[in-house]
Amino acid sequence: MTFDSRLFRRWIHRASQAAAGLAALAPLSAAYAEWELNMPRGVTLISREAYDQHMLMLWWCVGIGVVVFGAMFYSMFRHRRAAGHAAANFHHNTFAEIVWTVIPVVILVLMAIPATRALIVMEDTSEADMTLKVTGHQWKWRYEYLEDDVDFFSSLAPESREAIYSDPYATDNYLLEVDNEVVLPVGRKVRILLTADDVIHAWWVPALGMKKDAIPGFINELWTRIDEPGIYRGQCAELCGKDHGFMPIVVRAVPDEEYVAWVDDRHAAQELVAQEALRDWTVEELMVRGREIYITACAACHQQNGQGLPPSFPAITGSEIATGPLDAHLDRVMNGKPGTAMAAFAQQLGDSDLAAVITYQRNALGNAVGDSVQPSAVRAAR
Amino acid sequence: MSAATTRDAHDDAHHDDHHHHGPEPGVMRWVYTTNHKDIGTLYLVFSFLMLLLGGLLALGIRTELWSPGLQFVEPDFFNQLTTMHALIMVFGAIMPATVGFANWMVPLMIGAPDMALPRLNNWSFWLLPFAFALLISTFFMEGGAPAAGWTLYAPLVLQGGANLPFAIFAIHLMGIASVMGAINIIVTILNMRAPGMTLLKMPLFIWTWLITAFLLVAAMPVFAGAVTMLLTDKFFGTSFFDAAGGGDPVLFQHIFWFFGHPEVYIMILPSFGIVSQVIPTFARKPLFGYESMVYATASIAFLSFIVWAHHMFTVGMPLAGELFFMYTTMLIAVPTGVKVFNWVATMWRGSMTFETPMLYAIAFVILFTLGGFSGLMLAIVPSDFQYHDTYFVVAHFHYVLVTGSLFGIFAGVYYWLPKWTGNMYDERLGKWHFWLSTIFVNILFFPQHFLGLAGMPRRVPDYAVQFADWNMVSSIGGFGFGLSQLLFAWIVLQCCRGGKQATAEVWDGSDGLEWTVPSPAPYHTFETPPAVR
Ligand code: HEC
Ligand SMILES: [Cu+2]
Ligand SMILES: [Cu+2]
Repeated sequence: MTFDSRLFRRWIHRASQAAAGLAALAPLSAAYAEWELNMPRGVTLISREAYDQHMLMLWWCVGIGVVVFGAMFYSMFRHRRAAGHAAANFHHNTFAEIVWTVIPVVILVLMAIPATRALIVMEDTSEADMTLKVTGHQWKWRYEYLEDDVDFFSSLAPESREAIYSDPYATDNYLLEVDNEVVLPVGRKVRILLTADDVIHAWWVPALGMKKDAIPGFINELWTRIDEPGIYRGQCAELCGKDHGFMPIVVRAVPDEEYVAWVDDRHAAQELVAQEALRDWTVEELMVRGREIYITACAACHQQNGQGLPPSFPAITGSEIATGPLDAHLDRVMNGKPGTAMAAFAQQLGDSDLAAVITYQRNALGNAVGDSVQPSAVRAAR
Repeated sequence: MSAATTRDAHDDAHHDDHHHHGPEPGVMRWVYTTNHKDIGTLYLVFSFLMLLLGGLLALGIRTELWSPGLQFVEPDFFNQLTTMHALIMVFGAIMPATVGFANWMVPLMIGAPDMALPRLNNWSFWLLPFAFALLISTFFMEGGAPAAGWTLYAPLVLQGGANLPFAIFAIHLMGIASVMGAINIIVTILNMRAPGMTLLKMPLFIWTWLITAFLLVAAMPVFAGAVTMLLTDKFFGTSFFDAAGGGDPVLFQHIFWFFGHPEVYIMILPSFGIVSQVIPTFARKPLFGYESMVYATASIAFLSFIVWAHHMFTVGMPLAGELFFMYTTMLIAVPTGVKVFNWVATMWRGSMTFETPMLYAIAFVILFTLGGFSGLMLAIVPSDFQYHDTYFVVAHFHYVLVTGSLFGIFAGVYYWLPKWTGNMYDERLGKWHFWLSTIFVNILFFPQHFLGLAGMPRRVPDYAVQFADWNMVSSIGGFGFGLSQLLFAWIVLQCCRGGKQATAEVWDGSDGLEWTVPSPAPYHTFETPPAVR
């Protein structure tokens, strides 16, 4: 590990901030997002239910704590030998014991009633206005708008990824920024279907108030109705391997008209991609596009420079498959290798993107096979 | 005990030297020993080494989390650190430490000459070093150590490399060791009590361990089954947990937590027992509500088998399932509350002094209760959807495991150390250890509540910059707490080497059979059973 003086300066900076924060508790006020203390109240009915239950429980606990610890500290202060207190000899009091069994039961019932009511509201996914299907992949999300026929992947923004090893403060929303945002209309009840392709992930946006696991082979449901336009950020919440900390979620809630316009834009873009896949691409075009795809879809495992992270993730540089016969290369990328983290990318990428990334792997990253793949060849191999 | 295999030289004047013997000379004493005190010592020393190792891994975690960005470890290694930290702390530090207490104290407290099955006892200890050698060796394998979290969730864990079969075999060995240890403890307690010691006259520590031992026998085989199913899924083509083959990844979680929830009580009940011995001694007043303590412990143990799915509220259970597990989980607060109230009532109108064991016991009651509060909050499903898999959960279980189980263990060590070594430890240093540990552990874990509530997921090597400040505070606490434990090692070492001679009673408020034998407790005790009124 080399010594990084910038890093060191940043530590000094953070340390002085931390010291200042501890010394004067003033920055603890909610205005100072960095010293955040509590759960956000959020922008949905669900998040407010969660928040209200949280605060209710918190105050119950504070109240009980004051009574119990109060008695304890009083006793520690008064009933000390140093204060000359002689020990009593009682060891039993049926009445007291019944009281402190019954009172907690009553309190628990008082806690359980609102919690049950809230839970019933939160789990009611019926009568939704639209459906969004979310699929967790290592390490990105796929979003399919079932009624509106929109379909895309969303991964960590490249600016965030670059900042991981340099300066997280140099980019906005470090680790909480994506390349493609989920756009949802405000005021509409959205049913969210969750599943996963490889391992278990969990979809969580705190301001929307709920998380649920995305499990391969199963479909989970949750719902949301966002009240206020805005950008809401979250993360994968279930350990899903190496880049678990690097698969953020960004939801942009917009008024209805804006949503409709966004859907139209998406359709136009999808149409363009489909058209593009029908023509022949030059090698330069393939290489430029291939590099983009490689960085967003492959570099997490095979690394930006193609060296991989052996033994878990093999190098592409000099790989027998990536420098061998084209068919085998095409097959490995399109169909993946079951039982390993290498997914079947035929389901994730379009013809031109697959053609581009394969061409790129064969002719960059230290490889120089010299051939290229056209989208039509990929289409034929499907 | 066959006199033929051991030498007869013995310097203990308290017994007739009819057929007993002292320890084997040299290292072989520790390998061959069937003596409960030796085995207890082995367990305690082993668990302390594992505590240091697990702590070192935790410091690796806190170092990477010191500031945003990746500076020290790669994400995959980070996941290895969290996974191994947890496995080592749970199975290597906390559980063996409590078994060490059981070995030392159960015979002394029930007036038995030794454990009922001494050879089994030797074996259950000596499996552990091999189990952990296997587990730790995975760090040096291709692909490194297990990295799917100590919960080993399928299918992620099945992506692991060479480490998986080694980790699973290590877990099997640990499981066999704990089940044998537990059987031994049950048999000893049920059969070898001094005449007159009826069940309801047993010290509370004995009760909590008896119940813990039943939990171990019931829960560990379930865990062994779960990991064996992982093994066959990975290597023998079954698909218990693979949806593509007709299996169910959530099934693994159900089986794991059916073991995992009793497991948390396996780790805390012995500490409940220790604290229930310590508080009466230093309050100079008998334990309040002894019988309700016993019943509360038994109900906690029973409930621990019907709450498991509160660890998995987000897997998509039906509403009725969520409600059931919410209610049963909340119910646990009742017997737990009874225990806390009884401890406070024991202190009430006592004549308290605050030696180190008492300080730890008091900190235990307060901080464990804080962990209980956050546990109750986590039981409330609507807000658990927000807390789940965040640092709020990390804060919660470290309050119950570190300031709970571990502080109980510290209380027990200071309490019985004079009995074990014959010397008083340095009270001034003990207090230093207490205050340093207590202050730093709160700097370490309290801010993690805030981090979780503000939205930081657990098990991430890196985080958004708004989490930076509390993470740095937490790391400072981590280093302080870790370093304070070196002081503990020094205090114990010093006490073993010498110090003020301890009396048989050690504490002026002490009560129980263990205080009727000299300090240090001779190699063999209670060869003729004491009479209990
Ligand atoms: C989630 C991690 C991951 C991602 C993302 C990923 N791969 Fe892989 N890839 C693997 C693993 C693991 C293997 C090794 C499989 C095996 O055991 O043979 C592999 C193997 C390969 C191989 C064969 C290498 C060899 O020599 O065996 C090629 C080619 C390849 N991947 C291409 C790609 C392309 C193209 C992408 C992006 C579109 C990609 N991979 C994205 C994990 C990944
Ligand atoms: Cu994930
Ligand atoms: Cu539990």
